[in-house]
Amino acid sequence: MKLIQYISTHFIPRFWNAGASDNQGQILFNYRRFWFFSIGLRSLVSLLPMVILLMFTYTLENKAIKTENHLQLIRFTSNMRRTITYFFEEHLDALRFTVQEEEIATLKNHEALSYVFKSLQRGFGGFLDLGLINDSGLQINYVGPFDLRNKNYSDQTWFKETTNKGFYLSDVFLGYRNTPHMIMAVKKEVPDGSFYVLRVTIDIKELDSTLSALDLREKSDAFLINHDGLIQTPSKFHGELLKKTTLPIPEYAAHSQITEAVDANGSHVLIGYAFIEKSPYILLLVKQSQAIMQGWYSIRKQINWVFCISVVVTLMIVLSVSTFMINKIYDADQTRLKAMDRLESSGKLISVGRLAVGVAHEINNPLAVIGENAGLIEDIINYKDKYRDDQQLKELIAAVLESVTRCGEITKQLLEFARRFEPTIQPLDVNKVITSALSLLRKEASYRNITVSVDVPGDFPLVHSDHGSLQQILINLFNNAFQAMQDGGRLEMIVAKINDTHVSFAIKDNGCGISREDQKKIFEPFFTTKGVKGGTGLGLSITYRLVQKLGGEISVYSMVGEGTTFTVTLPIMQKDA
Amino acid sequence: MKLLLVDDEEKFVSRLAERLAFRGYDADWATTCDDALAKAKSGQHDIAVLDIKMPAVSGFDLKKKLAEIVPGMKFIFVTGHGSEQDYDSGCKEAVCCIIKPFQIEMLIEKIREASAVSK
Repeated sequence: MKLIQYISTHFIPRFWNAGASDNQGQILFNYRRFWFFSIGLRSLVSLLPMVILLMFTYTLENKAIKTENHLQLIRFTSNMRRTITYFFEEHLDALRFTVQEEEIATLKNHEALSYVFKSLQRGFGGFLDLGLINDSGLQINYVGPFDLRNKNYSDQTWFKETTNKGFYLSDVFLGYRNTPHMIMAVKKEVPDGSFYVLRVTIDIKELDSTLSALDLREKSDAFLINHDGLIQTPSKFHGELLKKTTLPIPEYAAHSQITEAVDANGSHVLIGYAFIEKSPYILLLVKQSQAIMQGWYSIRKQINWVFCISVVVTLMIVLSVSTFMINKIYDADQTRLKAMDRLESSGKLISVGRLAVGVAHEINNPLAVIGENAGLIEDIINYKDKYRDDQQLKELIAAVLESVTRCGEITKQLLEFARRFEPTIQPLDVNKVITSALSLLRKEASYRNITVSVDVPGDFPLVHSDHGSLQQILINLFNNAFQAMQDGGRLEMIVAKINDTHVSFAIKDNGCGISREDQKKIFEPFFTTKGVKGGTGLGLSITYRLVQKLGGEISVYSMVGEGTTFTVTLPIMQKDA
Repeated sequence: MKLLLVDDEEKFVSRLAERLAFRGYDADWATTCDDALAKAKSGQHDIAVLDIKMPAVSGFDLKKKLAEIVPGMKFIFVTGHGSEQDYDSGCKEAVCCIIKPFQIEMLIEKIREASAVSK
């Protein structure tokens, strides 16, 4: 409940619930539109830079992470190429060393070749067999699991190429051994002009273990292909051994390169590749783009969260600031409207009052003439015997004199209304003032069976004010209440201390009430609802003026048929005091 | 005790004098300043009842002149016209100030008050 209350006070502006009763305010200023405009503009101004910054961060971070990944992959690829190159060089050098160091005659000896084979096996591993072939292509000595002695290789490509280039590195193939392997061969020329070729078969596992040693993440793949795209060492994701890879074959480049491609599954991959020199191999390092960006995605998630929270907080602040501002404007407008209303009514009072006073003055003199002449007639009737018994004459003149008196009362009230009012401020016991004001009405109250209750708190302070004025105010309001009530009505007087500076006097009756229309006019002079029965319509005007003079305010709350409450607010201390 | 009533409205002031006579007061009346001064010269009047607003000479001016001729004279102002200032200064300079129309009993009461002060 408290939360709802908090939200409604901080985020929903006051004008929202003011409704149609404050039409005047709505005309002065379209609060709703201004509120929306304020929220819109503030939100835009505060959120736009955040959004731009977010997008900027996204782009930069994306680029940075991509660049870093490219560099890392290039580095990996280069290192790997060096390792692979070294692997081939190392094995070739071992063969070269063997044919350099050992006499051909020794190599022709089967036992000696076996010894060499074992040494090589011990030193490097992965050798499957070893054979010596003479320049006519005939394998003259062989160590290995098969009986390949005297096999003629003269028409085979590898033999021809070894003869031409002095060494040979083959693709991986199954051969009749049915295991993936490769051939390495070196040529040794002898002084008599003929030459021999030393040939070994190397198990592909050796090469594969070298590649596997690379610390690759899941979903990453490192393998060799030949220039035709056939897979040379086992690949995890991109095709079977000795089959064509699903990835595109990269263009030749002297250094390690990066390229992007789409694999067989349709995922984007980043490929680092390098052509291994003096070999038919291409090294491929394949990483899933998604895996690469994984880190970035988790960072982005965090950024998104922070952004969302910021947006919510910003919007809440914008909303509450806008509401606060519009409330201030609304309150100021309402105060201004009230002040304008008050000014208008007091202006009206002054001008109507002036007119009334002028009229009163003009009427008083002829009224006095009428009064004195009629008075004289009355005197003549009373003092001289001639008319003493003429009852009709007596009644007639009495009627004239009564009317003169009534007119005189009215004009005197008008003059009273206009009279400059100099209050004498003194500390007043409110109880006493109320009692004396009520004393004038006690009789009427008991006669009409009206209940009067007065509620003054025990610790009520002395109010610094003018005794006569306060009494007059109370008498006027009591009178009003009495006139509004039927016999047997109920009048309540509630006195309260509002704060340290002001007190309020509420006079509540259960009379006929005042319509909304009339409530606007009741403080105007000569406004009366008492009709023919009388009443000058000055009572509340005078009350209004007196309250103002005492630095207070008067307000009315009324429901037709239920009753009326007049509330007078007065300062406890007068400003001048 | 003799009274002097001054008001520019003859129908008012003459009737008032007559009514006072019924009640046992000897009252002269005048409608102009000169007339009033002439009557006052006899020096018999104790109390003057003056209208504040009169053509030519105001009640206040007349009061000053009368006070010169008859020292110790008491004054009562009446006014139907008087502005706030008139009323206030009327109250200050005289025994009292009465607003027209008034009932004769009220005037008599004030006259009694004034004569009581003089004694």
